[in-house]
Amino acid sequence: MRIEKRIQPSRGAFVWAPLSALIFTLSISALLVLWAGAPVGHTYVLLLQGAFGSVVALSETLTRAIPLMLTGLAAAVAFKARLFNIGAEGQLYAGALAAVAVGGLHGGSGFAIAPSVLFIFMIVAAALAGALMLLGPALLKSHLGVDEVVTTLLLNFIALLFVSMMLDGPMKDPSAMGWPQSVALNSELELSKLIPQTRVHSGLIGAFFLAIGLWVLMNFTVLGFDIRAVGASSRASAFAGVSISKTTLWVALLSGGLAGLAGAIEVAGRTSYVTLDMSPGYGYSGIVIAMLAGLHPLGVLAASLLVAGVMVGADSMSRAVGVPTFIADVIVATSLLSVMVASMLTQYRVRLR
Amino acid sequence: MSALLDIMANAAFWVAVLRIATPLIFGTLGVLLCERAGVLNLGIEGMMVAGAFSGWLAVYWGAPLWLGVLTAAAVGMFLGLFHAFFTVVLALSQHVCGLGITLLATAVSYYGYRVTFPKVSTPPTVTPFTAMDGLGIPILDQQTPLTLLALLLVPILGYVLYRTPVGLAVRMVGENPQAAEGQGVSVLAVRTGAIMVGSALMGVAGSFLTLSAFNAFFFNMVNGRGWICIALVVFASWRPGKALLGALLFAFFDALQLRLQQTGGAVLPYQLYLMLPYVLSIVALVLVARKASYPQALMKPYRKGER
Amino acid sequence: MQDTVLTLTQITKRFGSLVANDSISLHLQRGEVLALLGENGAGKSTLVSILFGHYAADSGKIQAFGKPLPPSDPNAALAAGIGMVHQHFTLADNLTVLDNVRMGSESLWMPFFHKRAALKKLLDISQRFGLFVDPHALVSTLSVGERQRVEILKALFRGARILIMDEPTAVLTPTESEALFTVLAQMVAQGLSIIFISHKLNEVIRVSDRVAVLRAGKLVAQSMTAKTSQAELAQWMVGHAIAPPQRHPSEKIGPPVCEMRQVHTALARECLKGISLTMHRGEIFAIAGISGNGQLALAELLCGTKRISSGQVIFQGKSLPANPAKLVALGVARIPEDRHGVGLIGDLAVWENAAAERLHGADFSRWGWVRRRVAKTYCQALIAAFDVRGGGANVSSRSLSGGNMQKLILGRALLHPKAVTGKDAPVPELIVAHQPTWGLDIGAVAYVQAQLLAARDAGAAVLLISDDLDEVLTMGDRIAVMHAGQITPAREAKQWSREAIGLAMAGADASSMDSGCTPHFSATAVMA
Repeated sequence: MRIEKRIQPSRGAFVWAPLSALIFTLSISALLVLWAGAPVGHTYVLLLQGAFGSVVALSETLTRAIPLMLTGLAAAVAFKARLFNIGAEGQLYAGALAAVAVGGLHGGSGFAIAPSVLFIFMIVAAALAGALMLLGPALLKSHLGVDEVVTTLLLNFIALLFVSMMLDGPMKDPSAMGWPQSVALNSELELSKLIPQTRVHSGLIGAFFLAIGLWVLMNFTVLGFDIRAVGASSRASAFAGVSISKTTLWVALLSGGLAGLAGAIEVAGRTSYVTLDMSPGYGYSGIVIAMLAGLHPLGVLAASLLVAGVMVGADSMSRAVGVPTFIADVIVATSLLSVMVASMLTQYRVRLR
Repeated sequence: MSALLDIMANAAFWVAVLRIATPLIFGTLGVLLCERAGVLNLGIEGMMVAGAFSGWLAVYWGAPLWLGVLTAAAVGMFLGLFHAFFTVVLALSQHVCGLGITLLATAVSYYGYRVTFPKVSTPPTVTPFTAMDGLGIPILDQQTPLTLLALLLVPILGYVLYRTPVGLAVRMVGENPQAAEGQGVSVLAVRTGAIMVGSALMGVAGSFLTLSAFNAFFFNMVNGRGWICIALVVFASWRPGKALLGALLFAFFDALQLRLQQTGGAVLPYQLYLMLPYVLSIVALVLVARKASYPQALMKPYRKGER
Repeated sequence: MQDTVLTLTQITKRFGSLVANDSISLHLQRGEVLALLGENGAGKSTLVSILFGHYAADSGKIQAFGKPLPPSDPNAALAAGIGMVHQHFTLADNLTVLDNVRMGSESLWMPFFHKRAALKKLLDISQRFGLFVDPHALVSTLSVGERQRVEILKALFRGARILIMDEPTAVLTPTESEALFTVLAQMVAQGLSIIFISHKLNEVIRVSDRVAVLRAGKLVAQSMTAKTSQAELAQWMVGHAIAPPQRHPSEKIGPPVCEMRQVHTALARECLKGISLTMHRGEIFAIAGISGNGQLALAELLCGTKRISSGQVIFQGKSLPANPAKLVALGVARIPEDRHGVGLIGDLAVWENAAAERLHGADFSRWGWVRRRVAKTYCQALIAAFDVRGGGANVSSRSLSGGNMQKLILGRALLHPKAVTGKDAPVPELIVAHQPTWGLDIGAVAYVQAQLLAARDAGAAVLLISDDLDEVLTMGDRIAVMHAGQITPAREAKQWSREAIGLAMAGADASSMDSGCTPHFSATAVMA
């Protein structure tokens, strides 16, 4: 068995590739739904309704999509430079913690400066916290050749333990009656709601502009060129005069910063405080989203909506039919693998000898 | 310092060390085999979860313990077949495919657990392996047979890798696949086989957790042990003997931090102790970074016959 | 008395729209050395790869020793007695010679090795054919000549009766090549039949009994070697009569542009050990030598991607910056050896590659933003001036053919952005050309050489590093030879003879040569 390149990538590839991936994914999850003893068709209908079927559903999906967009962008920019940042989860928590530290201490009001200025401080602190978490592994990679996959992964666990430590101690919310959560953010720093009576907040707009900003950066600036060049070929970019170490640093700042922002925006927009379970794997889902989007910043927006929809839909469907919510993770992981296979098959053909 | 010596003088401490090391030995050997053949297997975390769950479920449903272990191995092997298909046949990104498999295997395992036990507050249990009392060797006779298996696997894998034709083929495929192909060895077959056997070992590592160390399946049970194995393989320079050493060293520190938590009282937050294993893994990676001699074809996709 | 050991019938192979082999039929007699001659890209390597089972032919049959050969199966080829000595050695650096040789010879289901038997067999073959190498040495410690011996031993160990040798002298000094020819004679005396691939006419005449010439995938001529001549072979290879290469000596050699004094670079696979030389305007300084003797280190140094560890490099009166962007701004034009992996960034568009070297300067960027229109205009001018074909400025560079890639790199190096806007365009000060014609067909070679000569006549200093002796002798105004990180004193072209250069290439010139920088196999051969 081996693969060979197709002469002409087939025209219909853009249609049948994602379509076949979708069909395959739905088939696999259908098997799992059957295992749970639920009717497949009805389950999928409930999933769709739960994701997009009403204003409330749509708003929930949008809300869930916001941190995913940011971690998706974080993964996209890092992977484009072949810096495999698997640590977005930890960077998100670091950013959330920093946000609350800047905006929530001192008796719940943060530092004594105007809220709008404090807001900017908070955002910057969160981005810096996330960036610093990635800086270590990035430096280890560029100077010592240590593989960043393992270091960023392990840092996730370390970060979560650190947050737990903080929540037990200095940043504990005294009024939470023993429940591990942090002090709350100054209410003036919270993001306003976009649609009244829903949880959709203006972080959505922020994510949107960040996606556009990243796209512009990657395609129209010298830094974007450097990032794409280093990701494509480090030897050739060194020859062309690109500074690999500086570019790696920038990528770490951008990627870690975006993930840190995800944490801050979740706190400022949705929860107002940090808990240990505020992220159900957003960091890892961000990687899936980035791959589904082909590492394209604008594609990340679309993919985030899809993944968020699956997650939200599964939640509501689970309450009705009793299929465990993990079906969402199954669907997301299967779609990643099947999209990768499908898009690869548009370029190559498998030959059995 | 004397507290440290006290801890080390206690035989129960070393029993714990061996027990903690066992899944790491299995897992590290599994990763070692895959990487020697040139393939990074980031699916280990998911394979361990899947092995833990499937092995345990088989026993819960009435199978004898060893059949449970075999089931875990088979599940790991099955997942390994997928990983091999994606990365060896289709030459997709080894990083992303491994992560995808981890996410998928974990999700399916958790899903399966919830489906089988929808409304339980305490996890159901099985009767795990018992200690091998009759063995007569101190510390070892407090371990279960799986630990003995792990220890035996080290020299066996070393022998296979360095003294048999198939071991040479595995090493060659990880150093220069074109050379292997030119000598009539199918890179596809050897890599797939290595990945499948390695993944089976990862599944067994997971089953140790549910059938020996504990007797039930919890969420977040594996808790990053898979990733630690990946770090340990680099630390071990891809040699089975050093892999055993690395696993034992790591388990030493892990058992130590557990004991220190108990004896040290509330001096330091317990989270700092829990962080120790992960921090140590990173330190280990940094220490060997300069000297690491990777199998030369590791992570490079091999496309047969491509111009 | 002579019988046919190998028959190829109507072998055809396509890669996409390219027909690599077009209905080729050949046969090989026992005890014969058949030379397969052709330019780069003529289809020789493809044909033998099919023979050995690396690829499957689209149509056609092969018979070895009277039996049909199953396609696409190296095991079947090995079992049939066909062995291959690859151009780019297929050896694992981290394993021993014995391991490399015996890999695959025993069934993978065996639980143990027959180590002593294998060792004995290896030593036995070494003796019989005069291929001496330490079986327990790690391949990474061997020299190029030794590695080739291992490559040959591999084939002989598996019992090859037909041996395919793909450009075996590409990495050998003239002395080592002679040694190889002796081994070949030994093999023929012991009953082996050999297919010898080369593009070097003098070798073909020297070594073979019969010649088959391939051109553009077709078999265009066959002849007994004794009945043909170099000129006739050249004509068959190219398709028309070619004039012997002309020398164009420089008319006016100007002041020095760049001077190197006792330059050392850090110890590595390739390093420099006390290099001193001077490059003048209006002159082509050609450096001969087998790849792997420090040429890469020298080129990287002058291209800005390597630092010196001691010594001085003076460029226009100042120290040479170790920064590619600054070098380009100062007027250094760079043509790297590896156009795929170093010269161009394959995933990026042609226009982005065209602007890549100067992207961080004012020519193509402003305040961190890329000046896309300016860059694309420049690229269009470059494409037009240097006839770069393959789809225009927006396609990814990966899709260009080798020759067009080289033209793109050449154009980027020689065409200054200011020339496009009509202002006075500066001529490059120094052109560093490392194997600029490697792997190109005769037309492209002539083009590149003409461009370098024109640049020289316009006042540039040209440093030409080439392992093609003919190119060095034709193009160089002054010539020096590199060996093991050191360089001979430069002499004018007419003061060198082929033999003298050959001796210098083998290190006969240098008296005290310490280890630490042994000639090593370079990345040259890894290119497409």
